[in-house]
Amino acid sequence: MIETITQGILLGGLYCIFALGLSLMFGVMRLTNIALGDQIIISGFIAIGIASVLQLNIVLIGLALLPCAYVSGYLFQRAVLNPTLSRDPVPSLVVTFGLSIVIQNVLQELFSANPRSLDSGGLNTQSIDLGGGFVIGVLPLIIFATAIACTFGLQMLFSKTSTGRSFRAVSDDREIAELMGLSAKKVYATATGIAFCLIAIAGLFQSMRTTISPADGPSLLLFAFEAVIIGGMGSFWGTFAGALILGITQQIGFMFDPAWGIWFGHLVFIIILFIKPNGLFPKTKG
Amino acid sequence: MTNKSRRTFLKTALAASAAVGTLQSPFVHARQTLKIGYVSPRTGPLAAFSEPDEFTLQQVRKVLAKGLTATNGEQFDIEIIYKDTQSNPNRAAEVTAELILKDGVDLVVACSTPTTTNPVADQCELNGVPCVTNDAPWQPYFFGRGGDPKTGFEWTYHFFWGLEDIIGSYASLWEKIETNKSVGALWPNDEDGLAWGDENRGFPPVLAKKGFQIIDRGRFQVPVNDFSTFISAFREKEVEIITGVITPPDFANFWNQSGQMGFQPKIVTVAKATEFPAAIKAIGDRAEGLTVELMWSPANPFNSSLTGQTARELADEYKATTGIAWTQTLGMKHSLFEVAIDVLKRAGSKEPEVIRDAIASTNLNTVAGSVNFQHGPVPNVAKTPLVTGQWQKRGKELELIIVENSQAPMIPVESELMPMKYS
Repeated sequence: MIETITQGILLGGLYCIFALGLSLMFGVMRLTNIALGDQIIISGFIAIGIASVLQLNIVLIGLALLPCAYVSGYLFQRAVLNPTLSRDPVPSLVVTFGLSIVIQNVLQELFSANPRSLDSGGLNTQSIDLGGGFVIGVLPLIIFATAIACTFGLQMLFSKTSTGRSFRAVSDDREIAELMGLSAKKVYATATGIAFCLIAIAGLFQSMRTTISPADGPSLLLFAFEAVIIGGMGSFWGTFAGALILGITQQIGFMFDPAWGIWFGHLVFIIILFIKPNGLFPKTKG
Repeated sequence: MTNKSRRTFLKTALAASAAVGTLQSPFVHARQTLKIGYVSPRTGPLAAFSEPDEFTLQQVRKVLAKGLTATNGEQFDIEIIYKDTQSNPNRAAEVTAELILKDGVDLVVACSTPTTTNPVADQCELNGVPCVTNDAPWQPYFFGRGGDPKTGFEWTYHFFWGLEDIIGSYASLWEKIETNKSVGALWPNDEDGLAWGDENRGFPPVLAKKGFQIIDRGRFQVPVNDFSTFISAFREKEVEIITGVITPPDFANFWNQSGQMGFQPKIVTVAKATEFPAAIKAIGDRAEGLTVELMWSPANPFNSSLTGQTARELADEYKATTGIAWTQTLGMKHSLFEVAIDVLKRAGSKEPEVIRDAIASTNLNTVAGSVNFQHGPVPNVAKTPLVTGQWQKRGKELELIIVENSQAPMIPVESELMPMKYS
């Protein structure tokens, strides 16, 4: 049982990494990024691309990925998403949904449907033996640690910095914030830039822990979405907690019966929606 | 008109007058065009199956550049119209209807998993257009479409192996080296997983008879992001053989976690995930020793009826033209067109009934084996051979080498089965 819960916590770390980018974009601009999964996959492909050209080690690849992600996120928000933002959530939903299909097809055209993975130099199979046949993988542990670090960093950014203050301001009331001299469009672009960095990290890990192919994106979105909803909008520790709850329930479900794993996760998601429609730790009003 | 066919026509007075009639025809009619509609999942999750599509079409079009001379002496131009299903069954049905109603095709061919073959064949059956498909086990094709073994279908035909072949081949493979006969199963809750894990018609009864013990935790939803509960259960029951039918990302995940948890089975035979060279490359060195069924390989002792090439020559030309290694579907795609061209040659007509009868009487040796719809397990179905191969190091690259041939003894075994190596 302890082993199952430990594995569930580690799985939760992975879901948390998937979910943070979504949580950030939703928290700041009420925008549900349907293309999240596909953006994770495209980041993975770019990481594999960098690795095959430059032969760098994984950490350097990750570092090379971040500025690209920030810039593309910033530009993407300014050029594509900003014009769709209004009180009506539908235009941005439709745009990101369309983007999801475009990314899948472009990736397929460029890289074919073949699965690929990022060679982590054996890191993907290394483990730490805790005695009594209880082992945990090094890579899941790194993912989990990164999830904590990212959540902590985001929460600090939001509560302690002026950038974070501007995020909260436009999130609470865009008009008033603009009256105070903030450019909501620039704030949004910065937020998406940071969200894309988180997505890039998720893509890097996903391409290391398994294989990725152009059509894999949509299935990644679901768990990220559930983690954000369970945790509550706009709260990063909430997202973290939501991801852990999802990971642990799925793992417990899998232990009883493999058919129950994913289903248990959905069940918890629905129960929480019933009891607390705004999630467990909501920070922003829906 | 050739002398030989003229002689056959002159055998009877009636035929002689027919010959006079056809002799005049070139002056009366322009050359007719026979249209083949080709439906295949070129994009989407199934696109790996269609990697050889372009090469195959190029090859076939080259052979048919000067048109086709039918057995009855008539000359035809052949046009092939290529449609993409986007790996979506609804889309497959839609493009097939388009081919039939808008393009007016005379014959539809399709391949790659029941997701493609079934909706395509259903449309053809509905519209009375002859159809040949392959590359989907015949049970999901036949029973999945509600086929009755007594009557079969009117317009649609299929050639491939069946579940009985893969079960037989795997079971015999696992007896080749010493194990404790404990098999861990990864059968998901989808068409394939349900068929493989079926208590009556799947693996369990055959394996039980051969003394294997199955550790089957039940059907599960895919994708699975964490396999540790499966691996713990397998390790507890001391599983030494792993089998299943899961996708490449699921398998890569399972296999990485197995590595982390120190789970080291002696034989790993997982279909779907390890069939294509690209997927194997993504797994890396730890793919060495994996085993998987082979619907076609360059080692098959068969020749193409279209180009005369041996299987090996076909694979070599593919590599030379495209720069990528052969994949199993290459031979299936090629054989599909072999059958289509052979049928049209014998039919020599645009009449759907004539074309259909020509399909039914097919008896052709293709690069994927002999195709004969008279001797199938059910009507409208012909069986092609299946063996099992293992990814073994040949030079620097991993290659799929045939290690088991109990279901198709005409295909020689190339090597012994090696237990998985762990360093």
